[in-house]
Amino acid sequence: MAKGTDMATEETEYLEQSWALLVWRRFRRHRLALVGAAVILLLYAMAIFAPYLAPYPPNDVNPARRLELPSLAHPFGLDELGRDLLSRVMYGARISLSIGFVAAGISLVVGVFLGALAGYYGGVVDNIIMRTVDVLMSIPAFLLIIAIVAAVGPNMLNVMVVIGLTHWSGYARVTRGTVLSLRSQEFVEAARAIGGGSLRVILRHILPNCLAPVIVLATLNVAGAILIETSLSFLGFGVQPPTASWGTILNTGRQYMRNAPHIALFPGLAITVTVLAFNLLGDGLRDALDPKLKL
Amino acid sequence: MGQYVARRAFLSVFLLLGVSVLVFSIMHMAPGDPVMMVAGLEAPPEVVEAIRKEWGFDQPIHVQYFRWLRRAVVLDFGISLTTRERVSFMILSRVPNTLKLNLAAYALALCIAIPVGVYSALRQYSLFDHVGTVAALLGVSMPGFWLGLMLMIVFALKLHILPVFGMGTWKHYVLPAFTLGAAQAAGLMRMTRSSVLEALHQDYVRTARAKGLAERVVIYKHVLKNAAIPIVTMMGFRFAYILSGSFIVEHIFAWPGIGRLAINSLYSRDYFVVQAVVLMTATMIVIANLTVDIIYCFLDPRIRYD
Repeated sequence: MAKGTDMATEETEYLEQSWALLVWRRFRRHRLALVGAAVILLLYAMAIFAPYLAPYPPNDVNPARRLELPSLAHPFGLDELGRDLLSRVMYGARISLSIGFVAAGISLVVGVFLGALAGYYGGVVDNIIMRTVDVLMSIPAFLLIIAIVAAVGPNMLNVMVVIGLTHWSGYARVTRGTVLSLRSQEFVEAARAIGGGSLRVILRHILPNCLAPVIVLATLNVAGAILIETSLSFLGFGVQPPTASWGTILNTGRQYMRNAPHIALFPGLAITVTVLAFNLLGDGLRDALDPKLKL
Repeated sequence: MGQYVARRAFLSVFLLLGVSVLVFSIMHMAPGDPVMMVAGLEAPPEVVEAIRKEWGFDQPIHVQYFRWLRRAVVLDFGISLTTRERVSFMILSRVPNTLKLNLAAYALALCIAIPVGVYSALRQYSLFDHVGTVAALLGVSMPGFWLGLMLMIVFALKLHILPVFGMGTWKHYVLPAFTLGAAQAAGLMRMTRSSVLEALHQDYVRTARAKGLAERVVIYKHVLKNAAIPIVTMMGFRFAYILSGSFIVEHIFAWPGIGRLAINSLYSRDYFVVQAVVLMTATMIVIANLTVDIIYCFLDPRIRYD
């Protein structure tokens, strides 16, 4: 008996290992995705170590040199108060990357939870949750988000929560679909027959099967959340100045674009590179985890 | 057929009710008295009381909702608190401008996306395909408002060949439509490419080739016709997205549409206008989706049976 279990665990371990290995091999072939992953790591390192890496303190003003164009000492130039733009863009990474990450995390938890509920229990629960998804998908998300953030007060926490709570429909759909297709499979019935409660069956036996699409969705979701956050801050409904964030710098850039186009150029480049990196990683993960996946 | 359409229409009405609940609750999400938000903090007490009575803020919340909904159905959203105009008039007079810009952007996106997508699929892994894929990824990743600003700097402020903002001649359309269309083109192109690729690998295409049809006939009659179905659906859903993106683009190009109206109203905390814009755009999106569903079910009779 004991030996049998050992063998079984060994076998699953072997299978899991080879699945991970297979995924890694497929992922490695995807050169652009590797680049994306490397860029994301660099960006996070830059955000975390910004206080050590930034050449100047981000809020040091120098009115005499305001709007100065890029130079060797200030590669991104200076802004409207003479602050070093490179340092501000580096500090801005902290805001966008953490908001993107947390917002996507909230969406993931809410979406997977509600999707699993809908798929597992069906009936009224399913109907209520999925109709809510339909409602969320038919409102222009961006306008809804600004309206709510403006109402509850524009700050970093509210921005994260509101973006997170309005973007879970993709996860809910994917999870519900997987749960529905697995609910009546034999291994689920077996788990229930030996006394596994609903929660255990869902968590241990069904949800691991949603992992691939959820990981891909989450990666793309971070990219989307960063785009929304920067748009919000750009319009003044996100992170408030003087905190350096890519959106607020761009907003200043808009006011000074006639004389100092560099202020608008660099934060936008930073956003594009970041979002591009997450999109590349997401594409690569999709191909590596499950080539048949359509998201 | 009729039954399917009726069911879809019924669901859409239901959907709009859900949207209205959400939109209605925006007003009540803000901390503090919604009347003060409507009236402004400096409003004299008698004005506050008058608004409270007129809008029924003294009633229980469900009574307020149904009262609001009854007026919303006949497009009565009250009077704007900043301009003193009727909200419905403010919106309806700007809808054509938004639609014009969106249609221009959409037409541009389709003109770029479909040919490029089809050609990259037919020449998969060629240089053209690779360049197209990278360009599409860039288009999806670039924030629209940033692209707009950059185009404005280059073409309006430096080269002086296009107007900076506003609406008037056809030249005013170029920059905002391109800004709005770029991200759409990117998404649509990727969609088109993958549906054509999928159609190319179907058995009926192999059969068509095997019986000796000219490649041109295979592509036009068998591949493209079948690839069109998912593209048409996507086009409908994309329209909702494009409407969403149009808010910020209208804002930066000072385009006199509902997007700019909504953002300006947010700045002045004119919540009646914001609510009305969200509700009306959502209605447009629901109607667009319903239309696509119905067209879709004419194009592909299999849809009805699931």
